[in-house]
Amino acid sequence: MKKLINKPEDVVREELEGIAYAHSDLVKVHFDPNFIVRADAPVQGKVAVISGGGSGHEPMHGGFVGMGMLDAACPGAVFTSPTPDQMLEATKAVNGGAGVLHIVKNYTGDIMNFEMAADLARAEGIEVEAVVIDDDVAVKDSLYTAGRRGVGTTVLAEKLCGAAAEQRRSLKEVADVCRKAKELGRSMGMALTSCTVPHVGKPTFDLPEDQMEIGIGIHGEPGRTRLPLKSADEIVEMLMEPIVSDLPYKAGDEVLLFVNGMGGTPLIELYIVYRKAYEIATKHGLKVVRNLIGSYITSLEMAGTSITLLKMDDDFLKLWDAPVKTPGLRWGV
Amino acid sequence: MPVSRDDVLAWITAIASVLAENKNYLTELDAAIGDADHGANMDRGFKAVMNKMPEIRDKDIGTIFKTVGMTLLSTVGGAGGPLYGTLFLQAGMKTAGKMEMTAQDWAEALEAALNGVVMRGKAEPGDKTMVDALTPALSVYKQAIAEGQPLHIALQRSAEAARQGMESTIPLVARKGRASYLGERSAGHQDPGATSSYLILNAAAQTWKNSA
Repeated sequence: MKKLINKPEDVVREELEGIAYAHSDLVKVHFDPNFIVRADAPVQGKVAVISGGGSGHEPMHGGFVGMGMLDAACPGAVFTSPTPDQMLEATKAVNGGAGVLHIVKNYTGDIMNFEMAADLARAEGIEVEAVVIDDDVAVKDSLYTAGRRGVGTTVLAEKLCGAAAEQRRSLKEVADVCRKAKELGRSMGMALTSCTVPHVGKPTFDLPEDQMEIGIGIHGEPGRTRLPLKSADEIVEMLMEPIVSDLPYKAGDEVLLFVNGMGGTPLIELYIVYRKAYEIATKHGLKVVRNLIGSYITSLEMAGTSITLLKMDDDFLKLWDAPVKTPGLRWGV
Repeated sequence: MPVSRDDVLAWITAIASVLAENKNYLTELDAAIGDADHGANMDRGFKAVMNKMPEIRDKDIGTIFKTVGMTLLSTVGGAGGPLYGTLFLQAGMKTAGKMEMTAQDWAEALEAALNGVVMRGKAEPGDKTMVDALTPALSVYKQAIAEGQPLHIALQRSAEAARQGMESTIPLVARKGRASYLGERSAGHQDPGATSSYLILNAAAQTWKNSA
């Protein structure tokens, strides 16, 4: 294992110390239990938006804490959901009296830990709503699995909900924005390489030079199928077709096209992916009115990409364009 | 002899050492069908439990189990934290105030623990989860007790049933947890959660050899 770390057991704490030094104007970092809150938390009278998940997906979620996006993020160990006490303390730290929205990615551990945290927060008199994001079209037969995973749409939902909360919408209204994003967003990902969890020390799976994994999640888990490596255009077709055919997107619909890097793929390749994805969307009559291109929801150093399509309307466009000031996303300020 | 408070502490210590020994094994099982963290998570959790030992050494069995549960809940993360946390919390409710456990007490604690895990994780037997090890372990234990077997014999049979349950997960296609995302590809691998459940129950059978 070749990594820029000191000791595997110190990875998350030392990352948080770095974030605290780097972004003290935007966020405050709390240790034991670990969570990141926006510097001016709690914002009185505003719904607080919280997310959390395992570490190793940076900048998600900690990089999205700040004005216009998340009020708090709870990082777990690498690829391991955070614990209920972390989420409870974060919920209390950002509660401004208007309620707290938990944005949860659909993974068994995340669901159970967030459920327990929400129960504990409600027992302390805090109004909590939770929305589970499950946008991964690679997962089929949802009756017989834990359901679709939460992937790229999570980033978009955090931005939209953060903006809605800044407008002082109610908890129910902010949660409705999240539910709508979950309904209208679809994603699929692929990997060119595996990744190495620091405390494991070797790649999670072996992937030969001439092979790729299609339909991966964000935890270095193997995907649905392993296939011989193909060209970028062919790979993008394999990702885009299930997305476009899953939702009844119809010609003329406006969409946001999000091309995400898994951590080890350079921007030059992401633009090649975007090029083909844009052409396929256009061929289907979809109008790409907004985009996001870069590594925002990653799996450590995994090489690969995921593509997310989100159907937009006037409200979503206004929320997307609203100012945001976080370490990972910043515009309009 | 019933299971004493000291026997319970010895069991907890035995779990910590068996999970430390099997940390890499559990992680390898998880790497095949999950996200390669189960061994490290369980080891971290029970190391934290061992740090709590001085506080609980003189407490009743219920308090010991509840402290183990709360510690796992706040240190393990993933699905293992809430599931094993709930398992010990539920066992702790059934044994509140007790300084020793009879064979029947353990049956009730194990039943409450299993019910808690099922309620939290919503898994059924055959879903390729820890429930596949815990369910036969409980039913075989209760049957042995009903036959009038002493506690240590019932525990041995229970651990053997857990082992068989663990091995029965190998051909299964996962329907719960992260392994379910693999679909048919999850078949052919032993479930890491069922494996840690077996190790924990087997540690009880090994530790409580003289109990009746």
